[in-house]
Formats: sequence, structure tokens, C-alpha cells
Amino acid sequence: MKVYFRTIKDLPVDEYYGPGQLTCAGCGPSIAVRWLLKAAGPDVIVVNATGCIEVTTTSYPYTAWSVPYLHVAFENSAAAASGVESALRVLRRKGILDTKAKVMVIAGDGGTYDIGLQSLSGMLERGHGVLYVLYDNEAYMNTGIQRSGGTPHFAWTTTSPVGSKLKGKVQRKKDIMSIVIGHHIPYAATANIAYPIDLANKVKTALDYLVEGPAFIHVLAPCPPGWRYPEEMTVEIARLATETGYFPLYEWDHGRIRFNPPSNAHFDKSRRKPIIEYLKRQGRFAHLTEEDIKEIEKEIDEYWDYLARLAKAFG
Amino acid sequence: MKQLTWKDLPIGGIIIEPGNARRNITGTWRTERPVIDQDACIRCRICWMYCPEPAILELDKPYVTKSGKKYDVTYEVDYDHCKGCGICAHECPVKAIKMVSEVTG
Ligand SMILES: Cc1ncc(C[n+]2csc(CCOP(=O)(O)OP(=O)(O)O)c2C)c(N)n1
Ligand code: SF4
Ligand code: SF4
Ligand code: SF4
Ligand SMILES: [Mg+2]
Repeated sequence: MKVYFRTIKDLPVDEYYGPGQLTCAGCGPSIAVRWLLKAAGPDVIVVNATGCIEVTTTSYPYTAWSVPYLHVAFENSAAAASGVESALRVLRRKGILDTKAKVMVIAGDGGTYDIGLQSLSGMLERGHGVLYVLYDNEAYMNTGIQRSGGTPHFAWTTTSPVGSKLKGKVQRKKDIMSIVIGHHIPYAATANIAYPIDLANKVKTALDYLVEGPAFIHVLAPCPPGWRYPEEMTVEIARLATETGYFPLYEWDHGRIRFNPPSNAHFDKSRRKPIIEYLKRQGRFAHLTEEDIKEIEKEIDEYWDYLARLAKAFG
Repeated sequence: MKQLTWKDLPIGGIIIEPGNARRNITGTWRTERPVIDQDACIRCRICWMYCPEPAILELDKPYVTKSGKKYDVTYEVDYDHCKGCGICAHECPVKAIKMVSEVTG
């Protein structure tokens, strides 16, 4: 990642998103999108998948976007973006349009891990110069909290209920970064709304690489009603996700893997905060027993083991 | 709001005014409002950085604190759009923002 913004004082002033969108108070995805656009600047065309961000920003005849914006459907944002990018390329080649505009997809976890995975994979395979951003609130929130491939193990949702037989989601969270990296694209990174400087630098870096091919950013973005916590905790919970090692910050940059602070210190488990600090603040995990928490801890350790092997092979 | 008819709309139903959602006065949703203590505020920009709306305004407005410290900027709340989530107050490192009830305070 190139460093465009070193400190909080370097962050850009201009806004291209909001206010007036109908997101809930304390919406994590709203913080994500605000910083995606601030980092990208005015020369960007957004293609948005159906989901909370799309529904809350486009209550006709209003738009919360100050850049060109296209919404097609839930499952095909990457396909639509491929079309926009190809059209721009042809218009430039024919000298009809002189524009540096970049194309950015913004899609939720439902729209990425599950229903839009085929169109994402196709876009990555064909090599379109599009930045695809997944904002991950770990469930289908807009339709009332249904589990997705991005929902973590043991999390309560309306379709992974808690009762005498079930304790939330049965399966683990899909490793979307590994799926994306498997397409051997120039750049993929994780980011977190609690670290906007890191996020903004990754967006700028990714946009610069689009001349070579696709880029992908996976942003963790907590949701107060879906994760069951009071609104003011959004950033604190997001920060804990990284500090506990649940959501590490790292980049795949031209075949090399690099861990960003604070995650670069987290191969040493003693440097990670206990996972309970993250879990206990969220109602979706309120049913967990000590044993369940141990199991989550074990899964995180295994994940770090896997990351350590990746770092060794590609560091 | 006046109901628009098809004759009022641009071809394709596109929206041609960028960011016109700011006419949604989401500040009416609020049950608590953030109040910034300008003398305690150290101008660190953290509330501005984390507000989801955004509803923290960074203004080129000089301010001299009671203890004589001079600042070039002032952070103020856009109460037309602030939803009262409390993230700014929770994240402020010097607790310069208080959440005050819209009903009793
Ligand atoms: C093909 C299709 N199936 C279902 C829906 C209904 N739907 C609209 S938004 C949504 C949830 C989106 O979830 P996600 O992508 O995680 O975004 P979030 O709402 O969480 O931001 C669903 C299921 C739809 N619009 N289109
Ligand atoms: S449900 Fe969650 S993601 Fe959707 S608008 Fe509300 S806070 Fe944001
Ligand atoms: S209370 Fe929430 S919406 Fe209002 S200014 Fe603070 S962070 Fe922004
Ligand atoms: S977070 Fe607190 S100290 Fe920092 S600018 Fe905002 S009010 Fe001032
Ligand atoms: Mg979601």
C-alpha cells in the first residue's frame, strides 16, 4: 500500500456521500461508504448492489450520492460494473469521452459471499479494472437479519436462531479473501471502519492499480440492530474485531502478503486482546457458553495459523 | 411534500441533483443530541472522522478558549442531520461531547 494519508490531519475534507441517507443511527456501513468516497474523490462511478446502503441512499427523488451512481440488482453489481468499465474503455479509445473516471462496486456480504459471487468471480476472471468493495455487516440486514456466508459461527440471526437445538449459525464464516486472491488479481485488502486512515490509503492504492486489473477491499462494518448493541459502540466494536485478531488487516499486493498495524503484531497470540472483549459487547453472541467461546478462540488460532503459513509463503 | 408526476421527472427517472438527500431532515429522529464543549475540545478531528452521516462540521472558525488557547477550526454539529447515535461522544478522547436528552434536557 502506498501512503497517501499519514495522519488524521491529512484526511481529505470533501464529502461525496450524505447526509440525509436513511441508514440507522450509528450505521457502520455508512462510515465505510463515506470514507470510500472521500478517499476516491469525484472521479468515480459507483455501482451498488441491493442492500442497506442502496435502499437507504436512494429514496426517490433523492440521492445521497454526489458522484454518478448505478444500481441494477442484488446479484449482478460486478457484471454491471464490468459493462460500465468496458464502455468507458471503448469511449476513451474512440475519442468520444475524455475521462479518468474509475469504477467502484459497493456491495454487502449477502451480495458478495453468496448471491453475487458468480458475477464477482466473472469480473475478476475477465480482468476488468474495477475496484470491488465488500462492506461486511455479516448478515442480510436490509431484509431483517438473515444469515449469509459472511455471518460468523455461533452468531444469532433470524435464520440461525438460538434455542434448545441450535446456538446460532452452525457454519463458519467463508474466507472471501482467499477466494478472491485465488483469482490472482493485482490487489486485495481487508479494512475496518475503525481505521479510516488505513482504509483511505487502501482505496487510493487499489484505484491506482486498476490500469492493471481488478482490485478488492473487504471492509468490516458493524450494524447496531443486526449485531444487537447500542449505537454509540459501532467504532469500539469494530476496533475490537481487529484488536482481538478476529478481523486482521492485511493486503495481497502483486503476489505478496503484508500485514498492517495493529495486526502485524498479532502472529504472537499474547498481543491479541481476549476474544471475549469483542463477543460480550454484542447481543448476537449473548447465548454463548464458556465452551463455545473456547471453540471460537480455537477457530481464530487456526485462522492465524493459516495466515502465518500464507505470510511465510508469500511474505 | 408535493407529489411529483411523470411530467416533472427527467427522462429515465434519473436524479440530476447530486446529494439532494440532504433535504431529508434526519435530525428529527434523534432522542439525544451531542453538545460539544468548545473549551474542552482539543481539535483532534476524531468525532468528525467517525460520524456516519456526516453531521460534524469542520468550520474555518477561529476560537479562543477560556484558558487562552487559540484554534483556527471549530467543530460544530449539524443538528438537521445528526441522528444522535453518540459515536462522537463515545470516541472523543477528552470527553468534550455530552449527549443531552431531547426530551428532558
Ligand atoms: C434477487 C434478490 N433476492 C432477494 C432480494 C431481497 N433483498 C434485498 S436487500 C437484501 C439483503 C442484502 O444483504 P447484504 O448484501 O448483506 O447487504 P445489507 O443489507 O446487509 O447491507 C435482500 C435479501 C433482492 N432484492 N433481490
Ligand atoms: S440495519 Fe445495519 S447496515 Fe442497515 S442501515 Fe441499519 S445499521 Fe446500517
Ligand atoms: S451523535 Fe452520531 S450522528 Fe450525531 S454528530 Fe455524533 S456521530 Fe454524528
Ligand atoms: S473528538 Fe472531542 S476533542 Fe476531538 S475534535 Fe471532536 S470534540 Fe474535539
Ligand atoms: Mg449485510
